[in-house]
Amino acid sequence: MPSLIDKRTIRTWSMLGQRGTFGVSLLDVAEQNANVYGITADLCKTSGMDRFASKFPDRYINVGIAEQNMIGIAAGLADSGFVPFCTTFANFATLRSNEQVRHFMGYMNSNVKLVGFGAGFAMQLFGNTHYGLEDIAAINSFPNITILSPCDCLSVNKCVNLALDIKGPVYLRLSGIMNNPIVYQDDVTFKVGNNNVVNDGEDVLVYATGSMTKTALDVSKMLQEKNISVKVIDVYSIKPFNSEELLKFNNKYVVTMEEHSINGGLGSIVASEIAINGLNKKLLKIGTSGQYKLPGEYQYMFNAYGLDATSVADKILKFIN
Amino acid sequence: MESINLKQKSKDARLSILRLANKSQKVGAHIAPSLSIVEILTSVFSKYDRMFDAVVLSKGHAGLALYSAMQQYNLISKEQLDTFEDNGGEFPGQPTKTSTNAVIYSSGSLGLGLSYAAGLAYAKKSKRENGTIFVILGNGEMDEGTNYEALMFIKYHNLSNICIIIDDNSMQSDGETSKIIDLDLNRVCKGFGFNVIECNGHNEDEICNSIDLSKNECTVIICKTIKGKGVSFMENNNEWHHNNLKDEQYELAKNEVLNA
Repeated sequence: MPSLIDKRTIRTWSMLGQRGTFGVSLLDVAEQNANVYGITADLCKTSGMDRFASKFPDRYINVGIAEQNMIGIAAGLADSGFVPFCTTFANFATLRSNEQVRHFMGYMNSNVKLVGFGAGFAMQLFGNTHYGLEDIAAINSFPNITILSPCDCLSVNKCVNLALDIKGPVYLRLSGIMNNPIVYQDDVTFKVGNNNVVNDGEDVLVYATGSMTKTALDVSKMLQEKNISVKVIDVYSIKPFNSEELLKFNNKYVVTMEEHSINGGLGSIVASEIAINGLNKKLLKIGTSGQYKLPGEYQYMFNAYGLDATSVADKILKFIN
Repeated sequence: MESINLKQKSKDARLSILRLANKSQKVGAHIAPSLSIVEILTSVFSKYDRMFDAVVLSKGHAGLALYSAMQQYNLISKEQLDTFEDNGGEFPGQPTKTSTNAVIYSSGSLGLGLSYAAGLAYAKKSKRENGTIFVILGNGEMDEGTNYEALMFIKYHNLSNICIIIDDNSMQSDGETSKIIDLDLNRVCKGFGFNVIECNGHNEDEICNSIDLSKNECTVIICKTIKGKGVSFMENNNEWHHNNLKDEQYELAKNEVLNA
């Protein structure tokens, strides 16, 4: 049975964080579809899969610390009719296994659902080896792969269900820690190649994804006090990307916000849409850039890279003046 | 009778390889790595049941040998085979899976096929289906670390429905394997807990017997082969790893195979 989505569920999931919600959602889809497999590279509990593992031991595989092998095995299972959801940290999923993702998901188009969690700074003091700051960039050029990037826990549930519905490979990017902020207060509809307007405005158009959608909403409130109205789009479907709002936006200023490098992620996608469509826009890309910074706690890293709401609001004010 | 038939198929497959390599002389083909694997492929396909089994050629650069053997067993037509290395064709130098060419695994990049075969075998075991997943690797390919991730998995899950065959022609792209990474494959595979069978990779009876013996236990069959087998000027000559077979060379090679 799919989870009943009411305010209480949304609050509970938020407390669990994106990984915990993934785990609950995987149970949901596994109950709906007997072909769903859960595979992990030695990160069962960390990826929220422990309940799935104990409930469906016959459909659970731990391949050990062997991410590349995991993708190949998943492809073999997928081409035999199963629907494998594979979990590991976002960077290992897309960087360690980069060629396997290209080969099995991009080239052979196998129906593998790759779940990269801990994207961005969620791994905190584990440090840069565990940060997922280039995962979108690493796989965005591969054909066939849908890239989903939920901004809150309800979105995670929506994206897991979406991933099951898509007959083809999916990369699901999970970010954040426990007590994931809530963006969607009520149930919403998610569609591949669609994105949601979560705040209406006219002066600045913000495309945000993952944790930065909540930040974008906070920033829009701060700027509202200065009589600047901000339209915020939550980009849960990174690929395919929907540029409808960009094409019809009348003002000049566009901002992208992501817990990811400004190169090769959402910022680059929007930049290319602006150029391809010959739009008269100015773009501010907010994300990580430059040298890897010394690691720290989750919120500390946002401050260090200037991705906290106050810093972002300042950057936008400078940008439009 | 069966054995004579199989030897004839190997001979015909070898002649196909040379004919098509000659046809593609402008761009060239992986000729010697295809010649070493002929008897392995004809033997595997003699055991192959298209309802239940799968053949994964991980050593993708022997695509020409794969297509030639498949045609011997009517898995593809001669017309299809003759499109080898045509621009935009379904039978490029290294196999690519399409909906119509009977190839189940796209290969070329080494070290990826064993994981995939392990996934197929695991799925088959889960569904309690009969059948064997044949996977063919090259000795040079065994340099790739992902093979060992897959071996650990196969052994741990006791996937005895997978038949691992290594075409050990003792050479690789840059020359003799012993001068690059001298790996004792027998010892390594035994170390991973596998039963290891070595056989003459140009003798169909030995290969078929080894396949029969490999059932019920996780096994690696190491087929000792000669790179460029059957053509004297190609044997153990790495210039023929990938090369252009000119008309006069083709005539020489063809006659050697015909008269063997």
